[in-house]
Amino acid sequence: MKPPLLEITDLSVAYQTDTGPVMALRGANLVARAGEVIGIVGESGCGKSTLAAAVMNLLPATAKVTGGAVRFLGQDILTLAPQAQRALRGTAMAMIFQDPMTAFNPVLTIGDHLVDFQHQSRAPYRAKLARARDQLALVGLSDPDVILRRYPHQLSGGMRQRVAIAAALLMNPQVLVADEPTTALDVTTEAQILHLLRNLRQTYQGTIVVISHHLGVVAELCDRVYVMYAGQVVEQAMVDDLFHAARHPYTRALLACDPASFPNLTPVLPTIPGRLPDLRDPPKGCSFAPRCALRSARCTVAPPWAQVSPSHGVLCHEVGA
Amino acid sequence: MLSYALQRVGLALVILIVVMLAMYGMVFLVPGDPASVALGPRATPALKALLTERMGLDQPVLVQIWRFFSHTLQGDLGVDVWSKRPVLDQIAEAFPHTLILGIVALGWALVLGIALGVISVVYQGRWVDRVLGVVSVSFISVPSFVVAIYLLLIFAVWLHWLPAIGAGKPGDVTSQIKALILPSLAVGIGWVGYLARMVRASMLEIMGANHVRTARAFGLPERRVVLRYALRLAIVPTISVIAMGLGSILSSAVFVETVFSRPGLGTLITGAVFKRNYPVVMGTVLVTTAFYLLVITAADLLIAKLDPRVRDALAD
Repeated sequence: MKPPLLEITDLSVAYQTDTGPVMALRGANLVARAGEVIGIVGESGCGKSTLAAAVMNLLPATAKVTGGAVRFLGQDILTLAPQAQRALRGTAMAMIFQDPMTAFNPVLTIGDHLVDFQHQSRAPYRAKLARARDQLALVGLSDPDVILRRYPHQLSGGMRQRVAIAAALLMNPQVLVADEPTTALDVTTEAQILHLLRNLRQTYQGTIVVISHHLGVVAELCDRVYVMYAGQVVEQAMVDDLFHAARHPYTRALLACDPASFPNLTPVLPTIPGRLPDLRDPPKGCSFAPRCALRSARCTVAPPWAQVSPSHGVLCHEVGA
Repeated sequence: MLSYALQRVGLALVILIVVMLAMYGMVFLVPGDPASVALGPRATPALKALLTERMGLDQPVLVQIWRFFSHTLQGDLGVDVWSKRPVLDQIAEAFPHTLILGIVALGWALVLGIALGVISVVYQGRWVDRVLGVVSVSFISVPSFVVAIYLLLIFAVWLHWLPAIGAGKPGDVTSQIKALILPSLAVGIGWVGYLARMVRASMLEIMGANHVRTARAFGLPERRVVLRYALRLAIVPTISVIAMGLGSILSSAVFVETVFSRPGLGTLITGAVFKRNYPVVMGTVLVTTAFYLLVITAADLLIAKLDPRVRDALAD
């Protein structure tokens, strides 16, 4: 069997801080095959952006990979020479960032950016510019020639995010990582960008990894979802299973808190009691246990990963197996 | 953009007029009658009267101011009280020396300062960065005339590599360049340190920005990221600082020209102040102020040219 396009095994990442290392990722696993759209959900601080950065090899200098591997087509990219890592970025894998307002350099035009981003191609300048123009048209920008000459601040947030998507697709990457692609946008623009990303699925052959704290976005776009909590993947399921047959108590609690799921107005929005564990000193047992309604004596021991079906796994003593 | 340019030029003219009025006021505020101070205690009344008339100080104040401004507009800055040579000629003689000194000093600052700043950023936190930090701060802290004296001692007196005084032989470019090296270093070295620190701080902020991460996410080579994505943006705020710094470069040129006995505006103005040679003082201040305003205005326009955000904000 062909190796999966992207495979993250047992990845652990710690950020060095003045008060000691913060274990942002603790043995995260993820598999993505060509053509799949993967969702990663979880609340702020659960490690989903660290995971995205690790895939792109863009971890900040304070972050250290303490274990595990990120394999692209079977090859561990974390052990590649910096030059080889760089060669993958932009060509084999590309990223769409959260904040389109600051994602572009204010003194360069959109055209400058889009041509620069094709630096690994040997095509002449004019060909690159033409390619940039085609991509802009593809993401639904009506006047690509004008956009190419514009500076980032002259475009709206939605237009900039379209440009960001066009930029990410310039070199036909096999892996596209979208880190909170709609979080910084207003609701109307968000709907347009979601629509665009969904249309993209028809033509794009590679894998898309969508990171979001927004369950609606994940439901709209993804085939398969990973739910993260405190640096670990706690549940993995097909999107329908996740929304209709979630097993992990955290996933259930998260779904119960989604305002979109309430048919009527409620006087008080439900929340998950308690808070995230301190990742400088992560709990020995199940990290969700202190906030969990189902916890029992065995939750003080780290739970095993259990497959409840071939496509549905969960990290829990109580509901697994 | 054009209306912005006109606005800036208009503002510069207003400032120039205010500065000249303030200068004129100073002549009257300085204790003692200029003519008797200039001539000393043993001057005869007839001589005093002659000098007062020659300086135009026998006229009512308003007439004096009117004369000064109308003559200035006609390109006449008056004549030197002592030598009777036109002030404009003296300035025209001295100004190029100071201008080239300032430009070369600024050149040192730009080339070395930006280079050191970029190197600091590339080696951020490592020993290279720390050493450069100490070096830059010492460059900033040492006054230019101290640097001038040390340079003079080491390179001219001990090593005999470079000339100690003067501006080189007229017509001999090599000797002029040699004569320029030490004074320009003395003037510019503080700015080397200052610019290095500024470029470093400004670049570090930009290197953490999202758009730099975007550039990296597309696998752009680090060189390209630093030079095209970060430096280009980091230069913008330094431009106005450099323009402002030109004022301090001109004032340190006064000391440095004295140390190296270079002809120039510095030498001209110090001599004139000591001799209460008011027309020369006024003329020199007028020319330096005008030059300074010109540079600042040019810097503002350059920033608008380089930063599309500023350009657009002006267009609105």
